[in-house]
Amino acid sequence: MNYVVSVRNLGMKYHSLNGEIDALHDINFSVSEGEFISIVGPSGCGKSTLLLLIAGLMVPTSGEILMDGKPVSETSDKVGYMLQKDHLFEWRTIYQNVVLGPEIRGTLNSETKEYALKLLDTYGLYEFKDKYPSQLSGGMRQRAALIRTLVAKPQILLLDEAFSALDYQTRLAVTEDIYSIIKKENKTAILVTHDISEGISMADRIIVLTKRPATIKSIHDIKLSCANRTPLSSREAPEFREYFNKIWKELDIYV
Amino acid sequence: MSDKNKPDVSPEHLRYLRKVKRKKQIILITQIALLVLFFAFWELVAEIGLIDPFISSQPSRIIRTIGDLYKNGQLFNHVGVTCVETVLGFVFGTLIGILVAVILWWSDFLEKVLEPYLVVLNSLPKIALGPIFIVWIGAGPLAIVVIAMTISVVVTILEVLNGFLGVDNDKIKLVKTFGASKIQILTKVVLPSSLPVMVNALKVSVGLSWVGVIVGEFLVSKAGLGYLIVYGGQVFQLDLVMASVIILATAAFLMYRMVAWLEKLVVKSK
Repeated sequence: MNYVVSVRNLGMKYHSLNGEIDALHDINFSVSEGEFISIVGPSGCGKSTLLLLIAGLMVPTSGEILMDGKPVSETSDKVGYMLQKDHLFEWRTIYQNVVLGPEIRGTLNSETKEYALKLLDTYGLYEFKDKYPSQLSGGMRQRAALIRTLVAKPQILLLDEAFSALDYQTRLAVTEDIYSIIKKENKTAILVTHDISEGISMADRIIVLTKRPATIKSIHDIKLSCANRTPLSSREAPEFREYFNKIWKELDIYV
Repeated sequence: MSDKNKPDVSPEHLRYLRKVKRKKQIILITQIALLVLFFAFWELVAEIGLIDPFISSQPSRIIRTIGDLYKNGQLFNHVGVTCVETVLGFVFGTLIGILVAVILWWSDFLEKVLEPYLVVLNSLPKIALGPIFIVWIGAGPLAIVVIAMTISVVVTILEVLNGFLGVDNDKIKLVKTFGASKIQILTKVVLPSSLPVMVNALKVSVGLSWVGVIVGEFLVSKAGLGYLIVYGGQVFQLDLVMASVIILATAAFLMYRMVAWLEKLVVKSK
């Protein structure tokens, strides 16, 4: 079977003057094309580290990550990264923000420009292309951030707590929005979140990590009996609560 | 934003707007009245002999002095020299300061090595270096510009570097995922997002540059408003001293307004 990403025996240690921190330990999993994976775990367990490693922004201490069968050693245009905030640049218009990737890679040509405009058009931001981010609503900004990621034509999207900066209602709406775009564009995605419900509502599979040093506690295939699955309709599926309770117990959180 | 929905403004809102506008007007009128009263009082007490105009000068004599300076063609010469020196001082101070800040941002090692030296330079009153520059460069406008520049450059370095280092790490992470090189991180993220910091540093530099130029002109004593002040003091011509100070205050105020206007332009374009 051909995997978009496979993570093999991955380990990561951080070094500081106070000693070393074991962040990740012996992580193994693979992601197939078009799959949506959610990774949940206690806060500070190294979830985000995992994404940074997959993105090639850091080098693992041990093990390796294969992307399309080739080991990851540096950042590549196959990966699209979305952070907690939209990080649209206030000094650029929406269009200029959206073509940032090709501009940096030096691949900004009539083809990429046209693709960017097409995406803006498809997802209802065409008329805002000459506006500045401050003139857009939070949801529209997040959509613009996703388009900026998609313009670079990544094979896999890494979403690092991508919705956590939004208030709850906006967040539900944006999750719905982003999910439908990801499915429409048929992208593979890995979402890191501390929100179990959000994780279940979007995922085909959920990976549960333990406390630091994080190892994989369990992997759940999410099978929900609802037609036309979206993050909101998933929350109404009868199995949703079962998954939630199971994962909640596994996370073993005490205050 | 509210400009667009002007047609449907409620009477309450109109009343509110009028109130805000009236308050603004009252503030402006009071400000002007304060200035006029001050000069009128000064003129009056000098006229009736409560204070000695020989020591304290007097508005009418100040105006006459400025008129004399204008008539013999010295006024614009001195004002021009001082203004040009000041502008050169803060422009070069800011440019060199930003350049050094970029270098220090680029090299973490260099930044760590130079940190204590910058701290010492920052706390040292740069005026103390004035005589050294005059000996090295010669007693002329160039030495004055260098003094003014030295004063503003250190503050600019520290402030701008702080701005650079304060740029959101996630923004840098974002462009890194697009494979950005260090120079791209600088030009696409760090410089544009630090623009407000740089304009603010410029604003501070303008004030410091005036200090440097006036002190420089005190030391060099050849031309400029600083020269007029120190000369007037030495020959006990307080009219000349006061006239120069008032011209200086006006010029400094106008230059500050110009920079503030520039700042507004930059912030607006964001």
